[in-house]
Amino acid sequence: MTLLAFMILAALAVSGFLLNRSAALAIQAGGTRTHSLAYFHGLYALLSVLVPVFVVICVYLVLKTPVINGMVIGGLPDGVLDDMSAGQVDLVLATIQSITRGQTFGTPPDWQLAAAERLTSLYAGADLLMVVVVAALSAVILFFVRRQVAAEFRARQAAERIVHGLMVACSLVAILTTVGIVFALVYEAYRFFEMVPVMDFLFGTRWEPQIPIRADQVAAVGAFGWLPVILGTVVIGTVAMLIATPIGLLTAIYLNEFAPKSVRAVVKPVLEILSGVPTVVYGFFAILVVAPALRGTGADLGIAVSSNTALAAGGVMGIMLIPFISSFADDALTAVPRSLRDGSLALGATRGETMLKVLFPAAIPGIVGGILLAVSRAIGETMIVVMAAGLIARMTINPLDSVTTVTVQIVTLLIGDTAFDNPKTLAAFALGLMLFILTLGINILALRIVRKYREIYD
Amino acid sequence: MNDMRLTERGVETKQIKMKARGVEVFYGDTHAIKSVDVDIEDHTVTAFIGPSGCGKSTFLRCLNRMNDTIDICRVTGDIHLDGEDIYDPRIDPVQLRAKVGMVFQKPNPFPKSIYDNVAYGPKIHGLARTKAELDEIVEKSLRRAAIWNEVKDRLDAPGTGLSGGQQQRLCIARAVATGPEVLLMDEPCSALDPIATAQVEELIDELRQSYSVVIVTHSMQQAARVSQKTAFFHLGTLVEFGETSKIFTNPEDPRTESYITGRIG
Amino acid sequence: MADITNSGTGGPRKSSLTESSAKIAKRKRADLILQGFGIGAILTAFTVLFILVASLVSTGYTAFVQTHVTLQVFVDPAEVAEERLPRGGFQEVLTASLLSNLPDADPESDARAVRNILSNGAQFYLRDRIVANPSLIGQTISITVPVSDPFDQLNKGNVDRATPEAQRRVNDREIGWFDALDTAGMIATPLNWGLITNADSRFPELAGLRGALVGTFWALLTCFLISFPIGIGAAIYLEEFAPKNKLSDFIEVNINNLAAVPSVVFGLLALAVFLNWFGLPRSAPFVGGLTLALMTMPTIIIATRAALKAVPPSIREAALGVGASKQQVVFGHVLPLAMPGILTGTIIGLAQALGETAPLLLIGMNAFITSAASSPFDASTALPTQIFIWADSPERGFVSRTSAAILVLLGFLVLMNGMAIYLRNKFERRW
Repeated sequence: MTLLAFMILAALAVSGFLLNRSAALAIQAGGTRTHSLAYFHGLYALLSVLVPVFVVICVYLVLKTPVINGMVIGGLPDGVLDDMSAGQVDLVLATIQSITRGQTFGTPPDWQLAAAERLTSLYAGADLLMVVVVAALSAVILFFVRRQVAAEFRARQAAERIVHGLMVACSLVAILTTVGIVFALVYEAYRFFEMVPVMDFLFGTRWEPQIPIRADQVAAVGAFGWLPVILGTVVIGTVAMLIATPIGLLTAIYLNEFAPKSVRAVVKPVLEILSGVPTVVYGFFAILVVAPALRGTGADLGIAVSSNTALAAGGVMGIMLIPFISSFADDALTAVPRSLRDGSLALGATRGETMLKVLFPAAIPGIVGGILLAVSRAIGETMIVVMAAGLIARMTINPLDSVTTVTVQIVTLLIGDTAFDNPKTLAAFALGLMLFILTLGINILALRIVRKYREIYD
Repeated sequence: MNDMRLTERGVETKQIKMKARGVEVFYGDTHAIKSVDVDIEDHTVTAFIGPSGCGKSTFLRCLNRMNDTIDICRVTGDIHLDGEDIYDPRIDPVQLRAKVGMVFQKPNPFPKSIYDNVAYGPKIHGLARTKAELDEIVEKSLRRAAIWNEVKDRLDAPGTGLSGGQQQRLCIARAVATGPEVLLMDEPCSALDPIATAQVEELIDELRQSYSVVIVTHSMQQAARVSQKTAFFHLGTLVEFGETSKIFTNPEDPRTESYITGRIG
Repeated sequence: MADITNSGTGGPRKSSLTESSAKIAKRKRADLILQGFGIGAILTAFTVLFILVASLVSTGYTAFVQTHVTLQVFVDPAEVAEERLPRGGFQEVLTASLLSNLPDADPESDARAVRNILSNGAQFYLRDRIVANPSLIGQTISITVPVSDPFDQLNKGNVDRATPEAQRRVNDREIGWFDALDTAGMIATPLNWGLITNADSRFPELAGLRGALVGTFWALLTCFLISFPIGIGAAIYLEEFAPKNKLSDFIEVNINNLAAVPSVVFGLLALAVFLNWFGLPRSAPFVGGLTLALMTMPTIIIATRAALKAVPPSIREAALGVGASKQQVVFGHVLPLAMPGILTGTIIGLAQALGETAPLLLIGMNAFITSAASSPFDASTALPTQIFIWADSPERGFVSRTSAAILVLLGFLVLMNGMAIYLRNKFERRW
């Protein structure tokens, strides 16, 4: 049905184009000069039909499921939904939906069958309604647009106004995305903080998000203090930065000052390959090679190394960040004016002295900006830690231990079925909010430093 | 000081500090300098003049091997400093550049304090054993560059905060601080206003007492004002070389005459 | 004027240039040490990359072939009857065939162990053959089926026969049976097309990437169809039309920040907005593509703006000069010239999206799904999430499957980046 709607829309839009163009051509054939070319009259009709109706179809597609589901749930007989949590209601809905697909388990109660029938008919009715609306709306627009064709009608300006509006709308998507992120995180986190006090979250030292499944279950009630989680993030991030920063900077220094062209031509693409490797691959590398190797080394040295040691996740993350830091540092060093380098060399400084005492200090702001961006990446990096780090939150700074991170907790809390009414799910959004604030702060700071630095030497 | 200069100007034969024979420079496939012979005398200001792109700056950069820092550049021929071939493979350009300092067209102070700018050379070459010695070198270099009085109260201020003329004199002080024997100046006044230019020109004249100075300039008036010897370059060849007064009043080569009277360039 | 420079009137310092002092030697050494550190850093990065690729290839290459056994099967009408199809005792028929080849195995007590030589999916190979052609019932047919994972590993040399029997997944007797089949020429190790043509399975010897590849295709298609037009529209507006004001500044800052937001946060956005509020289906490649589109958009916008900026103003001025409107200039002249750059940026953005995993996990694209999606709204996995699922599976066979899947993923990435480089080189223009 949706396809049919799109086809009707396309057909009417194209016929609008042809109609208006031929109308304009007819005026021209009559000897009158039109303000705009016939092509623009056609384009104006095309866009006038296409844009609003397309928006209508999209809105319909987005709203269809939630509205119909709401109607079906609302139309259920009284008493069926009493004492049901949101999760159970969802389950009922899923059962009804699977009945419509012909998948039944045992004999469903009559009210479910009735609801399923209702659901099917609602969908069919809605789709039919949508097609009719699309056809009618397109036709009405077409009719009005056709009447606008006249010698003095500024079709080009009108069409360009629509295009301009479309481009503005595209630009606003970026803002909408940010607004969506902020709103989703803040809203769900707010619901979380209604269940768990903010202070407990911010300053609690225990993170045990297990909650009882049955009301009478003997289990921990769950503790949501994020300190051990962020501490784990810091431990892994520190390991990563301790590996990535020196290797990245030394690579950049060598490439920028010493490397012959041929070496540069080989090393740069290899570093690009390293940076293009998806993080899930690094994660697998960590569990396949790095963690066993570390554990083996630890056993040889008689040191107990946890199988999910922070060293494995942090080390592999550090490798991932090497190309990031080296390319940033390389750019920052290249941005230092050549005259400074010449000035130092002309004083009889060696290339190493020139690099360490003049170029590197001059590039420090840019390099610091790059390192900060790398830190923000390390904090937000997900797959490596999900695969290689631990799940249990501990208040430890020992990198040989297993620690967990903010991103690991977000993923483990949300993987599998999620119901939006328990603190376990919502806790992930609270963590997500903290993660967003943290990385955003670092990014803004870093971008500001980098931009300032560029201004100095421009 | 004036008396000294007058007496020195009278001296006819001076020691040859640098001697270039048959120097050729290639940038990739471009033949930038063709067979240049020049003698640079001690305690003399030698000016290289000529139209833009004639190779005078390229040749200047051969004298302290700054061309080494450009990958595609190749230099052949002999250049001697005090009788030693500076392109000898055993020669370390680092040592050479400590003896043959250079000042660039655009002032290029490091983004450090004024003090650190001047102390940079002495520090890397290990010329001062104590802080007091370093302080002394810095002060003397700044005095020699005629900028001491302007900056003595703010040695910790960044060198990039000075005016253009001050920056260029700071760069001269920086070059002087390593104790060079030859000072190369690549159009040192082209980025400066007339007042700053006058100050730097006066300074160049004073520096002649201690160093052999080679200056590249596109301004013939400047060459006439500050130099004793002038070399005229045209299209990569050295057309004429001699006493400044002679070049400007009685050039031998018609090309020199055309340039000086404003028909080339 | 005291002379600290050793030159001037006191006569020039006469130290030879070739004379090397200890001080110079020390400085040169420091220079070399710095270079050494730099080379060491690069070698470290290279070594790691080498180990990464080597470990993937060495564990993954075995998954590109699959051990099969070819059996002469008598389709016993007592077990398989035409009227009961598609049900029937296919497994029993296969086991009987195996037992007939293994005289030392007891048909009663060893039946189960012998059956385990074959993949659990072997019976379905036979079933599909018979269902397609019921006349085969009662005949003896030749059929090639995969062996189960432990024997696949044994055949690929991943089982060390020297280890004590208790620590192996196959005991000495089973090894003996397998060797007997091998000696009889019934074992073959052909190319494993199942890796591409099968969907996911709990049995490593049957598991393939078809579902993941199809899911990734739908997701990337959705991502491209959404992010490409919107990204270009936004970039053109910001670069060519936007007035320099607070709003366009804000949009710009926004785009730069979006490019650095952790991917898992986009997953949270998708989960809360697309799934929970809009009620879009879970695990659907369409939702995955929508999420990836939001992440790819900043990349496309930034690349497009750079490409537009690279078109020299002279072209705009020439077109404006003949009376074209601003939009005619941009869409008619500037955009076509910038297209190669835009496409390059888009391909690179899509390559990043191809490897993105975390947001897809949050919208449930890590479900266990044994058939390929037939539309972008069906539940599916994607290539990177499939890697994640397999990496989490305990069976030995999944290790090489994971590596193989990664090699496939990296292959696609190399292909896409190669395409981008080719485009860049082919159309690169110096104005």
